[in-house]
Amino acid sequence: MAERSFAKEVQKLKQGEGETFTGEGILAITKALLENGVGYVGGYQGSPISHLMDVLADAQEILGELGVHFEASASEATATAMLAASVHYPIRGAVTFKSVVGTNVASDALSNLASGGVTGGALIIVGEDYGEGSSIMQERTYAFAMKSQVWMLDPRPNLPSIVKAVGDGFELSELSNTPVMLQVGIRSCHVHGHFEASDNKRPEMTVSEALENPKRKLDRIVLPPATYIHEAEKLTKRKPAAETFIVEKGINERFGNAAGKVGLILQGGTYNTVVRALNRLGLADLYGDTEIDMLVLNCVYPLVDSQILDFCAGKDAVLIIEEGHPNYIEQQVAHMLYQSGKTVKLEGKGKLPMGGEYTGQVMVEGLGAFLSEHAPDLLPVAKVATNEEPVAIPDLSKTLPARPPGFCTGCPERPIFAATKLVEEELGAHHISSDIGCHLFSIMPPFDIGATTMGYGLGPASAAAFHNENKKGRRAISFVGDGGFWHNGLTSSVGNAVFNKSDNVIVIVDNFYSSATGGQDILSSRAVNKTKQTQNSIVDAVKGMGVKWVRQIDRTYDVTKMRDTLKEALTTEEEGPKVIVASSECMLNKQRRVKPELAKAAKEGKRVVRPRFGVDEDVCTGDHACMRLSGCPSLSVKDTGDPLRDDPVAAIDQSCVGCGNCGEVADAAVLCPSFYQAEIVTNPTERETRRAARSRRIISWLQRRRDAKRVVFA
Amino acid sequence: MNMQTKPLIARRSPGPDGEKIITLAALAVGGQGGGVLTNWIVDVAEASGYRAQSTSVAGVAQRTGATIYYVEMCRDTGRMPVFSLSPAIGDVDILMASELMEGGRAILRGFVTPGRTTMIASTHRIPAVSEKIAPGDGRANGREVIEAMGIAADHVVAFDMETVAKQAGSVISSSLLGALAGSGALPFPRESYEEVIRKSGRGVEASLRAFGAAYEIATGVSPAPAPEAEAVAPVPVLHVPEKLRAQWAALEARLATLPAEVREMAALGLKKVVDYQDMAYGADYLGMVEKAVAVDAAPFTMSEAAAKYCARALCYDDILRVADIKTRAARFARVKDEVLVKDDQILMLTEYFHPRFEELATTMPRGLGRWMQSRKGLEAWYGRHFDKGRRVRTDSLSGFVLLWLVSSLRPLRRRLLRHDSEMRHVSAWFDTVLQTAASDRALATELLANYRLIKGYSDTHARGLSKFAKVMGARDLLAGRPDAADWMRRLRTAALDDVEGTKLDGALATVRSFAA
Repeated sequence: MAERSFAKEVQKLKQGEGETFTGEGILAITKALLENGVGYVGGYQGSPISHLMDVLADAQEILGELGVHFEASASEATATAMLAASVHYPIRGAVTFKSVVGTNVASDALSNLASGGVTGGALIIVGEDYGEGSSIMQERTYAFAMKSQVWMLDPRPNLPSIVKAVGDGFELSELSNTPVMLQVGIRSCHVHGHFEASDNKRPEMTVSEALENPKRKLDRIVLPPATYIHEAEKLTKRKPAAETFIVEKGINERFGNAAGKVGLILQGGTYNTVVRALNRLGLADLYGDTEIDMLVLNCVYPLVDSQILDFCAGKDAVLIIEEGHPNYIEQQVAHMLYQSGKTVKLEGKGKLPMGGEYTGQVMVEGLGAFLSEHAPDLLPVAKVATNEEPVAIPDLSKTLPARPPGFCTGCPERPIFAATKLVEEELGAHHISSDIGCHLFSIMPPFDIGATTMGYGLGPASAAAFHNENKKGRRAISFVGDGGFWHNGLTSSVGNAVFNKSDNVIVIVDNFYSSATGGQDILSSRAVNKTKQTQNSIVDAVKGMGVKWVRQIDRTYDVTKMRDTLKEALTTEEEGPKVIVASSECMLNKQRRVKPELAKAAKEGKRVVRPRFGVDEDVCTGDHACMRLSGCPSLSVKDTGDPLRDDPVAAIDQSCVGCGNCGEVADAAVLCPSFYQAEIVTNPTERETRRAARSRRIISWLQRRRDAKRVVFA
Repeated sequence: MNMQTKPLIARRSPGPDGEKIITLAALAVGGQGGGVLTNWIVDVAEASGYRAQSTSVAGVAQRTGATIYYVEMCRDTGRMPVFSLSPAIGDVDILMASELMEGGRAILRGFVTPGRTTMIASTHRIPAVSEKIAPGDGRANGREVIEAMGIAADHVVAFDMETVAKQAGSVISSSLLGALAGSGALPFPRESYEEVIRKSGRGVEASLRAFGAAYEIATGVSPAPAPEAEAVAPVPVLHVPEKLRAQWAALEARLATLPAEVREMAALGLKKVVDYQDMAYGADYLGMVEKAVAVDAAPFTMSEAAAKYCARALCYDDILRVADIKTRAARFARVKDEVLVKDDQILMLTEYFHPRFEELATTMPRGLGRWMQSRKGLEAWYGRHFDKGRRVRTDSLSGFVLLWLVSSLRPLRRRLLRHDSEMRHVSAWFDTVLQTAASDRALATELLANYRLIKGYSDTHARGLSKFAKVMGARDLLAGRPDAADWMRRLRTAALDDVEGTKLDGALATVRSFAA
């Protein structure tokens, strides 16, 4: 079950000609796929296209009605390999994943797919996670397009343009027998907007029909000598075909006054920011009408030499607006200009920053610098001279606490890392390899655990070199999530450790979902999923791989057991990798599942127990040791209002879900007896009520008796 | 200081019909419902004849971290404006922050511009992890942010919107929307917002209540809720049984002889101490305060510190104390209140204990306790068989009675090993204080305040004790210096700042270097 349900929104996918579609970018892309007669869709979740996968999953019924096959792929490589269905058959296929990490995983399949080429349109929708809020390394997907010779679209970030790009992409792919990447930025994926819908189309050939009529063409298979022919074909046939299409279809757009002496060449994705910057400089109105000549590249690869040279003709200076590093577009344009002996001044990086996100401010400054130098007359006087006194705003940089993402309230991964800290307190610091997933938040305070993260499912693999000659010496600890485990970890990490007789410790953090990407089901999910086979055991898989020492922990909140198991793994004399599968359900998903059930049961008069934790503030001494082993959002500090006390005490707020971590940590680390668990019983049984009333009577008698003999200040 | 010295004046220009783009950024902590808020705003705008666009960097990779939502809107003139997808420095008309420090972050990031930005911020705090894990009080200074808002923003609407929402049984997105509507920063009438809330379908009544309350505070019709510090739990009251009234009166009489500056703190301390043990213990406490007063002079700052820290020193945390607190009637009432138990519901209460051999031995009479401590074999045996967590159900008779029995050992406390060691420790400390007071009262005051370092249980307590010893040890190095008190305070602050004590060791090294 995914984090967000699109069950309601996907009904919009049924809209037809004449209707206005309203919604988020990802939903619009899905609708565009259906309007363009897609035959099959696959992908792997990850921001920003997680929700696209969720939309598709929720839309399975609608897809099925149209004869469209959908798969949640095991990895980005699987997804890309799936496009093989378009190699011999005239079926349009689309896959989606996060870039650049997903494209890395997919690159083997991508190379093969690109080499043989396609018959049916093959679209790879890459969600670009670049700039602020990105959780990955900052690299460009562009390099993949160049090296594999696949085409890359980067449409203007509004719904009509994105929707149009989907159709253009399929057509471009078919005409040039080349897979096409459609790049959408994180904000475009979540932008709310409108576009005019068209009717959905059934695929011209379904995958079932293809299966019934198998086809193969030797020259599409990547094997010598065809591979050499492919290379030549890419250069002599496919690329020229693509260039012709780009020009004839007007994929790239021209705005402004073509006679302008200066011009801008920009990626489609940056258009809105550029227009806003021009508007703020007094050079464009709010609808984008401007005198500044602009060539908007909705297709960023390949570039069409004639189009670029034509744009540059007669200009004094041209600015390339290209986000990210290296400046591939600028280099290509420079090459074109040089080769054709042009003298137009080329600007790009330099006027704009070498790297980093091109935010509004960056764009204003970059355009301002370019125009001040090459077209100073264009800039209105009011923009360069001011009498306004700048206001001095206090510097808050020392005051504000950083707020990095962390584990959610009640997260079952928190106790795993609390236990790891406790083990380290006892056995000393260890080398710890981390992995991608929510569990990576362990590198943040209060845990500060983990030294590297090398890729999804590669946590244990990245500890592979750490082989201790001393059998009794320290072992490396590595973490991998259940998502990473099934994505790549089973073979690359666990299999590798077994084969190479590693002695290290591997902790598989199993929370029943691919949680970091929004709670999608995976092979070992415990839930029953209508369209997927779930409930496959991680322990069995690991044993099947040849691991001898495996421990399953079914309740990660048992910090004592978690700690002892980890300690045993680090000290046992048994050889080979030590694998601990630490399982408890992702609390975010659990709450979403359980809360409505409990509310319903309570309404129906059934007995329902709601647990939560509390702190006795008189017992708490305000040392915050508990928080140094937790970081739970619901466990915080508050003032007591008691003038005798200086420091704030621990307090647990209403958001507590009663996971038990506080109490277990206090117990395992022998912290303090301030924590209590309160269980609130709704609709208690009669016997229970009677018994509670009786206990209460006796207890309050005892309390009164004691209070009668002493002073009480409360 | 962030001087705005950009050479270019970058201001949005309006459309041909005078229509303007309004930009609105909302900074939130992941999980606060910023998505709901932005959807509402877009709906209000679109229902009022505006075109609108919202974007976000979704919360998927942002759990509990800082998040930004962004909305642009413009009066519909038939053409689609080119809306931007993210807020830009100096280009935000309305900045909403659903937590005080996030408001500060907006200012730091340049999203709040003088003469332009209406700032709508909730002043409540959600402490970040770094603020919570300091052994002392690591919380950031909220006042600085509130002051900065006044300077940076054109118009400020700031109050505790979390409390307003809670009081209405709703969540902060509703009260934020109310504050936005009430601020008048958007050209839409109150009814259009309420209509959108009504259409949203879930928790409508509560949302409308929170919206209305916040709207009225923002428009100045009703006052903002009191800051959290003033709205703490009810003030404790003293119950003195008939038989003890006379003794209590005697103590009160002694209290009255103390200088006025000290009396308030000493009264609190006295109540705490007699509540902790008995009347005689209260007399001991007053004796300590009187000693401090004797070597002090107006304004009796040192004596006030003595009144505070002696009470804390005497009321050390032992098993008896914990059992006492956990079995009190007032505590049961407070828990019920805190976890929201209705009358037809039952509350089950489980306490988490982990008594180690050490606690057992120190809760024994002096002689027996010492003997136990000397028997390593006994400790190991206990460790093997009994050293584990215990869960005690205090709502059940058996669990309650167990703790009640432990708490009734109170009259015997003075004979226990723990009391013996605590009192030695206290008197050594207090003697040092009195000695120091003869020559340097400011330093003596700081020495008193050093008791703040002793807290926690088991390992944490041991760590506190060792920091205390280290800091107190610097007294001899500092005595006689004119800035001795200042240095002593700095050492204590360093000790409270980090767990490992590296900052303290660094500060101590400095002290040693100039003492040498």
